[in-house]
Amino acid sequence: MEKRVTFKGWLLPLCLLLPQVVITAVFFFYPAGQAIYQSLFIPDPFGLSMRFVGLGNFEYLLGDPYYRASFLTTAIFSGLVTVVSMGMALYLAVLADRLIKGSGTYRTLLIWPYAVAPAVAGVLWLFMFNTRVGVVSWYLGILGYDWNHVLNETEAMGLVVVASSWGRVSYNFLFFLAGLQAIPKSVIEAAAIDGAHFWTRFRTIVFPLLSPTTFFLLVVNIVYAFFETFGVIHTITSGGPQQATTILVYKVYSDGFVGQDLGSSAAQSVILLIVVGILTIVQFKFIERRVHY
Amino acid sequence: MATLKLDNVKKRFGQTEVIHGVSIDVKDGEFIVIVGPSGCGKSTLLRMVAGLEAVSSGEIQIDGTRVNDAEPMDRDIAMVFQNYALYPHMSVFDNMAYGLKIAKTPKLEIADRVGTAAKMLELEDYLTRKPRELSGGQRQRVAMGRAIVRKPAVFLFDEPLSNLDAKLRVQMRLEIKDLQRKLGITALYVTHDQVEAMTLADRMIVMNAGVADQIGAPLEVYENPQTEFVAGFIGSPATNFIPAETLGDRPAKVARVGVRPEHAVLADAGTGQIQGKLVYAEALGAETLLHLRLQSGEMFTIRQDGTVPVPADGTLTGVDWRQSREISFGSDGHRTPNESAA
Repeated sequence: MEKRVTFKGWLLPLCLLLPQVVITAVFFFYPAGQAIYQSLFIPDPFGLSMRFVGLGNFEYLLGDPYYRASFLTTAIFSGLVTVVSMGMALYLAVLADRLIKGSGTYRTLLIWPYAVAPAVAGVLWLFMFNTRVGVVSWYLGILGYDWNHVLNETEAMGLVVVASSWGRVSYNFLFFLAGLQAIPKSVIEAAAIDGAHFWTRFRTIVFPLLSPTTFFLLVVNIVYAFFETFGVIHTITSGGPQQATTILVYKVYSDGFVGQDLGSSAAQSVILLIVVGILTIVQFKFIERRVHY
Repeated sequence: MATLKLDNVKKRFGQTEVIHGVSIDVKDGEFIVIVGPSGCGKSTLLRMVAGLEAVSSGEIQIDGTRVNDAEPMDRDIAMVFQNYALYPHMSVFDNMAYGLKIAKTPKLEIADRVGTAAKMLELEDYLTRKPRELSGGQRQRVAMGRAIVRKPAVFLFDEPLSNLDAKLRVQMRLEIKDLQRKLGITALYVTHDQVEAMTLADRMIVMNAGVADQIGAPLEVYENPQTEFVAGFIGSPATNFIPAETLGDRPAKVARVGVRPEHAVLADAGTGQIQGKLVYAEALGAETLLHLRLQSGEMFTIRQDGTVPVPADGTLTGVDWRQSREISFGSDGHRTPNESAA
């Protein structure tokens, strides 16, 4: 017996596939193609004509110290966001996993931040840390700490990292909790009988068994930090101060739509595309090897 | 090896008491099987000894030391789980060595102990494999190996054979018995399978709804069940129970009379202790099971030798047994003291 559904003609399968193909083509292939095409040109300031420059845009970008600095910023930013959001989520999931009473409420409350859009989350954090009216900065002022993320680069980076990680913790938490609960209780009990205390059990049993989940989240979170944090950065720091929080995706926007350099912006998109592609391949090739079972 | 003592051990979940006080003195090297139907509290009792469940009241002693509040790792026990609970990401060797590594045992000794256990369990060729690459029986052996290498004071088995198929179960049962003889281990073994209980146990605890109905050597329990539950649970096919009033001339305090299927024989219609109609006969070769419906409407099973002729279905027949073979119970389900007076 053939278990898969088989079609006699080709019309019906084509119709069923078409929406997916059209969506991918219109919203992915076409813009990607446009980006690659535009990256080879420099348009004039009024957008009336374009001059072909070949790989000139790329050459310029790679020689530009600001662009290279943006790479470092992105690496620091996405590294921190991934570590903070996953670490926090894992910690909360381990606690929730041990919880017996009221775990439903606890979980529901923890999931809420995920429903908040990144831009909204950015505004919320901005209000709390606003240098003039922010609650947190006011209390910090009382404690003698002069919070000013508008001028201080480290504080600006810290704020966008926290704001970007915050909503992400919920998402990661859900996956970690599901992963933890999929570990048979008896395996943990066996380890306890074998003499392993909580931390040893976590290190030698729980974490290795959780590694498929961790690996998946690592990929998803890095991609998130690369692209979806745009809203947070735009609302909180707009890439500043002194480009300290200008990650690659933000630079694509600011160079293209603020600086009106569409050619460079397109070239940056292409580079970003390649970087994420490489990152994903590297992650699957090298990290998955260390993922058990 | 060591002794194990349970003194009036009780377990409550909230307001509900699920184990109503179990006491037993387990001698050094003794193999105790806890047997009972699902939900009787046998696994909970075992988990309390392991330290995986808190003891609500009473005392558990291992080698004379109270361990009620000790962590599982401080009790010097090893446990074999029903689903084996192997560490899926570790090789067979690492699975067995895990406890020793944590105890910071020297590497050479670990290799030596694991090697010895693997040899005993015929796992030498599989030491580098992961649990998922093993068959059910092999996984079972790894789980036992993991317990053996640690040389614990007490072994705990939680239905270790229930996930195996029938043939493998018989084989592993023999291997466990063999191991126990070789190593002289003190063990507590939980099962719902009375054959495992009868064959493995030095003494068995028959549990019923949180009560240890009877504790004794398998044959003693079989010959002399102290409660109606034990008489019905141990032995297959189960003991027949007949209301005393249908038999007449039994002491007043006897409510029900138990007769084992192998103690009853067919008699001519109108003779014997009781009358019934043969509903169907199961010929198993070596023996035949005759299922009769009594006049009172209850079913009655006779086990007879396979060579004895079997009457046709529907035949009215008498059933006879020696009254001294009867096991009589009072209305509370307990054995009446002067049971085989006649």
